[in-house]
Amino acid sequence: MNLPTLAENLQNVNKVGLSKAEYRGAPSTLCQGCGHNGVAAQIVAACYEMNLVPEKVVKFSGIGCSSKSPTYFLGRSFAFNGLHGRMPSLALGAMFADITLKGIGVSGDGDTASIGMGQFKHLVRRNLPLVYIVENNGVYGLTKGQFSATAEKGLELKKQGTNLYLPVDIAMEALVSNATFVARSFAGDPKQLKELLKIAIAHKGIAVIDIISPCVTFHNHENSFHSYSFGKAKEEPLHEISFVPARDEITVEDFEEGTSREVTLHDGSTVVLKKLESDYDPQDKIQAFKMLAEAQLKDELVTGLIFINPNVANMFDLYNLPEEPLNRARPDQLRPSVESMEMVNNLMF
Amino acid sequence: MDKTNTKNVNDFCITFSTINGSGSATANTTLMRALFRMGIPVSGKNIFPSNIQGLPTWFSLRVSKDGYLARVEKDDIVVAMNPMTIERELEYITPGGLLLIPDDFKIPESRSDIHIYKMPVKKLVKDSDVSPALRDYIANMVYVGILAQLIFIDIDLIYKALDFHFKGKQKAIDSNFTVVKAAFEWAQQNLIKTDAYYAEKMSRTDGMIMTDGNTAGALGAIYGGVQFVAWYPITPATSLAESLTEYLPILRKDANTGKDTFAVVQSEDELAAIGMTIGAGWGGLRAMTSTSGPGLSLMTEYIGLAYYAEVPVVIWDVQRVGPSTGMPTRTAQGDLTMVNFMSHGDKQIVILIPGSINECFEFGWKAFDIAEQLQTPVVILSDLDFGMNPWITPKFEYPESVMDRGKILWEKDLEKFLEKHNNHWGRYEDVDGDGIPYRTVLGNQHPKSGHFTRGTSHTEDTGYSEDPEVWERIFNRIKYKIENGIKLLPKAISKMDNDAKVGIISSGSAHFAVEEAREQLKNQGIKTNYLRVRSLPLGDEIREFLEQNDQVFVVELNRDGQLHQLITLNSPDMAFKMIQSAHMDGLPLTANWVKDQVLSNSRGVK
Repeated sequence: MNLPTLAENLQNVNKVGLSKAEYRGAPSTLCQGCGHNGVAAQIVAACYEMNLVPEKVVKFSGIGCSSKSPTYFLGRSFAFNGLHGRMPSLALGAMFADITLKGIGVSGDGDTASIGMGQFKHLVRRNLPLVYIVENNGVYGLTKGQFSATAEKGLELKKQGTNLYLPVDIAMEALVSNATFVARSFAGDPKQLKELLKIAIAHKGIAVIDIISPCVTFHNHENSFHSYSFGKAKEEPLHEISFVPARDEITVEDFEEGTSREVTLHDGSTVVLKKLESDYDPQDKIQAFKMLAEAQLKDELVTGLIFINPNVANMFDLYNLPEEPLNRARPDQLRPSVESMEMVNNLMF
Repeated sequence: MDKTNTKNVNDFCITFSTINGSGSATANTTLMRALFRMGIPVSGKNIFPSNIQGLPTWFSLRVSKDGYLARVEKDDIVVAMNPMTIERELEYITPGGLLLIPDDFKIPESRSDIHIYKMPVKKLVKDSDVSPALRDYIANMVYVGILAQLIFIDIDLIYKALDFHFKGKQKAIDSNFTVVKAAFEWAQQNLIKTDAYYAEKMSRTDGMIMTDGNTAGALGAIYGGVQFVAWYPITPATSLAESLTEYLPILRKDANTGKDTFAVVQSEDELAAIGMTIGAGWGGLRAMTSTSGPGLSLMTEYIGLAYYAEVPVVIWDVQRVGPSTGMPTRTAQGDLTMVNFMSHGDKQIVILIPGSINECFEFGWKAFDIAEQLQTPVVILSDLDFGMNPWITPKFEYPESVMDRGKILWEKDLEKFLEKHNNHWGRYEDVDGDGIPYRTVLGNQHPKSGHFTRGTSHTEDTGYSEDPEVWERIFNRIKYKIENGIKLLPKAISKMDNDAKVGIISSGSAHFAVEEAREQLKNQGIKTNYLRVRSLPLGDEIREFLEQNDQVFVVELNRDGQLHQLITLNSPDMAFKMIQSAHMDGLPLTANWVKDQVLSNSRGVK
């Protein structure tokens, strides 16, 4: 854990009295310039600005470069680095322990789009409140550069030759599985990424963010879909986004009449979408499908808030759980009474 | 051949041969319950196909005045409701036995040494006012009534059994009982009893209940405070999870708030079921899953992580015949070595093996204490014979010890811990010298409570490390933790017979055949000592038992003698004493088979 410097302590503490340094984790052991480091930095910034208490956040990951990154943010939070593709089930079980916590799961394209596809989609359909980040670079980095399921057809990698198969579109898969929040961003666009992370954190269901995060070592060719140069050149933001926390007063400068659209989240906070070229409505699922399909055809990297429906019951709403976290229940609340034993025996024949 | 054998009271086996999906389970269970309420020990074995409708199925109901509950190989009475299998049925009937058969079936002529009673099934069903749609189901009630008349089963107790089965729903009770009564009266007027089988009231089942191992295991878990269940349907474990969903709402709603102190999730597969369970166990919930061999195979990777990351979880394996899909509806003890060694790398898996329905209940709650005390996965090895067959058993007993959550530190506990330990706490640090570290769980608001759990090599403070010394230190500490924890596990139970030098070791449901075989051997002048293993890793008592005997038969329901293998590994210098007595054809072991093992392999020691 990095302790805050004196200077940091004196200035810039947030509403829960913490400096940004207290949201950091251990120094990254990923490659220099790795897109994942940029993502970790924006998670730190978003949590700091959202005034989250680190002990109220729990982190999860699977296996791969991406899944190492929870070490690099929120060093004070509980975390569980599970098995390849099986972060979703781990997170689901753990979140039941204390449903007042915020969950952040970090996965990669290898982790989510292959072995993890089933668990990913089932977690999405259950609408577990969890920020589900996919750091998507189209390549297996930790095993030194094999194609992942999100690599585009025709991509050439040094040792692997040419990729023969069509890619999996994670945002599309999330949408098909009835995700209540789907976004796509680019690790090289910290401003948009941070805003999307904030909305995801405020969202009370599953929040899938597919983040194109270039692999500088094994996959950063000029024209490949998951490279910095492609991302910068082909990135098509749907709109400019700002997240307005529930407590903040909305000022006039925040949006211009007639060019913006607001979505109110469950906790009263709002998402303000500034119009760019098209009048994209992120609450229109049909339009979201169409947009993703068209972007695929045009080889475009459309980023932004693709879909959000804040009004769907999340997984915990479907259970009759107590207000007190389940893991704080006392033994006398968990073991039926002595008297009940006779009743149970009588229920048998 | 003379058909009039000597009178047989309360010591026979009835087999019902029916077609799967014909509703015979209600009829068979009803007869079993009535006999049970007559005070006679009974046991039931379902031999059913992996099919919903159409294939042959058998239910063997053993009536045993001496209280033996194991399967027997011969039938005294056969109720043949499936025309396709009659020839096969005939092979199993003992001379002087009974065959009850619908009067429109071709009556076999090959056995002149048995009593054949023809039942007017169609006529009796037609004469009742049951709606045509229900006639096939009701048909089985004809044999209930006729058999009750023939061997003197109390018809009032049949009514009570139906009342229980249909939960007091009068219409269902009446439509079934009308047929039972009509058949009972028809038999009274039309059949002349020529056989010598009688059911007579006794009082050997006082204070007992009738249930099954999956229900018992589920109830045990509920009294153990289970908070989170993730499961995926699989025969023969499904009814364990279904019993949890049945009884949890009855027993575990908070009286003050009306809220549930549990959550049950049917997962998408077993990979997810174990992931969810481990997540919940890590989060500080008493978490469990239930499965059978194929599901457990899928779970092994995550269980390895739970062992190394020290996460408490409880896993029920209700065993069936494997490998592969094997025989999903038949019983076996074939997962023992798989569980013992499961997942890659070195490890010890704590295994509990209940040997009775009451132990299914007892280990059901105890497993959570052990898992949390030792911070490790605990696997309970049950099997289909326990899990899905009806058993009579003493009433469940309330847990005798208070719940032990192990070393969990909440905010104040951690504060005190830090004061006492130089302001330092490490998740994987052994401060007590018992190999068991202290853990904090999700939601703890102490700024020093958070930690990073991983399956990769880690230090005492949870940091990633590839330092050889760190790996070995942590890994050996975990080994010590489990070895030192054997004292918390249920010890093997031994029954010594004076100067006997022949020993038998078994475990789980094999116990019932062994128990009966020992009596049979004793009657032939062969005294045996007996040890029933109840947990692994094995305790010192196994070795002591081997030392006390000249030869030891290890009796188990699998092909390769898996318990024999593990005991051999545990006490290699005693290997020469042990005789592998393993057998697996999908059916529960019989006393006869166990007895023959001892008689044919015994090295002349008596």
